[in-house]
Amino acid sequence: MTTTYSSGIAEDAAPPKVAENDDTYWRAVGRRLMRDKVTLFCGAILMLMAALILFAPLVAPYGPTDGSIVRRLKPIGTPGHLLGTDELGRDMLSRLLHGGRYSWFVGITPVAIAFLVGGSIGIIAGFAGGKINMAIMRVTDVFYAFPSVLLAVAVSGSLGAGIANAIMSLTIVFIPPIIRVAESVTTGVRNLDYAEAARATGAGARSIVVVHILPNVLGPIFVYATSLVGVSMIVASGLSFLGLGIKPPDPEWGLMLNTLRSAIYSQPMIATLPGICIFMTSVCFNFVSDGLRTAMDVRA
Amino acid sequence: MSDTQQIEDRGGPAQPLLIVKGLVKHFPIGSVFTGKQVVRAVDGLDFTIDKRETLGIVGESGCGKSTASRLIMSLIAPTEGEIVFDGDLVGAAGGISLAEYRRQVQMVFQDSYSSLNPRLTIEESIAYGPKVHGTPHREAGERARDLLQAVGLAPRQYARRFPHELSGGQRQRVNIARALALRPRLIILDEPVSALDKSVEAQVLNLLLDLKEQFGLTYLFISHDLNVVEHVADRVLVMYLGKIAELGPVDDIFGRAGHPYTRALLASRPSMDPTRRRTQPPLVGDPPNPINPPSGCRFRTRCALAREICAEREPGLYEIGAGHQAACHATQADSGYGDSRRLAA
Repeated sequence: MTTTYSSGIAEDAAPPKVAENDDTYWRAVGRRLMRDKVTLFCGAILMLMAALILFAPLVAPYGPTDGSIVRRLKPIGTPGHLLGTDELGRDMLSRLLHGGRYSWFVGITPVAIAFLVGGSIGIIAGFAGGKINMAIMRVTDVFYAFPSVLLAVAVSGSLGAGIANAIMSLTIVFIPPIIRVAESVTTGVRNLDYAEAARATGAGARSIVVVHILPNVLGPIFVYATSLVGVSMIVASGLSFLGLGIKPPDPEWGLMLNTLRSAIYSQPMIATLPGICIFMTSVCFNFVSDGLRTAMDVRA
Repeated sequence: MSDTQQIEDRGGPAQPLLIVKGLVKHFPIGSVFTGKQVVRAVDGLDFTIDKRETLGIVGESGCGKSTASRLIMSLIAPTEGEIVFDGDLVGAAGGISLAEYRRQVQMVFQDSYSSLNPRLTIEESIAYGPKVHGTPHREAGERARDLLQAVGLAPRQYARRFPHELSGGQRQRVNIARALALRPRLIILDEPVSALDKSVEAQVLNLLLDLKEQFGLTYLFISHDLNVVEHVADRVLVMYLGKIAELGPVDDIFGRAGHPYTRALLASRPSMDPTRRRTQPPLVGDPPNPINPPSGCRFRTRCALAREICAEREPGLYEIGAGHQAACHATQADSGYGDSRRLAA
């Protein structure tokens, strides 16, 4: 024997941290989020927007379709019309508030549905592995090969205009990328030692998925889905802009952008207002999803 | 700890706990361009593990140690071969069921971090196995806390912590407790201390030795660290490229190694003792590709003693002492090695 070891069990060198004894995972995530000023700021903006949009009928000074042709294209700051009026003399503030309901709805709904559908398919593919994985992922690749906007326009165009069809086409667009993310995250977790150890205990597939896979993959998939909300809003607005989404006179940011196009030289500020709304929402969603990703990384 | 192991010893002390017969694992690889190929990760393993002994498996990276452990753990299906657990053929009619076998054989992995679910508390991780096997939640929790105590972690302090709040050594103790939770008889230790620093390594090794006494366990200890294996093992199996190079009692392997590979491994470790320093050159180069292993003896491409016979005929496992076998022609007078011309090695 060349090496001798001391006998007896000693405590490891690293002393236990005392302060964080009851530290659950989500509490730690919350604490890290609280330190992230950008995410907090963007989250606050989103919450403010959501509240204003939700209570649009109470907050908005006018109805979204009330207009008078004599008040057309009043500039920003006109008394009684804080953000001016559009090409048909409708109050811009009221239309933006009401339009947000449509924009947010068609922005979030497809992503939510795609998160459920694509997430499930991706987790199944990742957990099953082998031939099932192969079949699911190759079919996904076919959809993935189309540029997203083009696919949305094609599906929406063949289904016809309307809010339901727009949502359906966007859902179809977002399912493949979510499947891919879900599959890769699940495959990664499935091959980790703790999943192997669970199999070694003789646990069934259901127990392994519920206890070991889902809690470790839902977070990353959810964060990715959040980052798609901004894209979804932009594409939905694009569909409306092309006349494939919401139909006039309903206010929707993309549609407003379209109808205000002609006013871009006479009232450029007013014509860009819906675009600013889309931009702000999309950027805020992206920052929040980035912040969530960082905060949810356990090792950080 | 009052919760002692109840061992259903079926075959009696003379019956080996584990018999591995002709275990083979070939991983198919290749594409339409290269044609079908197989990686011969494990290519015919035969050995036994007696009750309450520690069998050490040593070998270089990529020699098939980990594949062998996963085969024995039945995490992957063997291409060929069978495993007999305490006299019962595993997974066969009339033998022991896979589910029951998995309860009796548990594993501790090398990476202490990735082998614990980051979302479960320490107690939940340990209690998971018993719960899967139908132990009521409360009882499983109690067993988890008892085991934490047994591995030297105060339950009140650690049970509700998460893996990332623990040090590497503490996490490996948790992994050991987790493996013990199903009251197994055989524990496969796949490089359990390789990722730990030296002082913690010694503590964990001593803990393993204590637990072995306390619970009457049998260990299959896989490592590339010869000093560690010498410290814990009763018998040692030296693997090279998916096959057994040498197998024997620990003192024979470390004192009277018969296989040139074993001697080279021993020579390659730094010794503190001048009288133990060897004159043989240490190993050079990497092991050959397991897709296309050399003909005859697999070690001949790196062997200082290789001769013609070594390329022509594969050596069997020759008995060179009591319970001591080596797969080398040079150990045999009648193998045709003696009069052959030396190969340019």
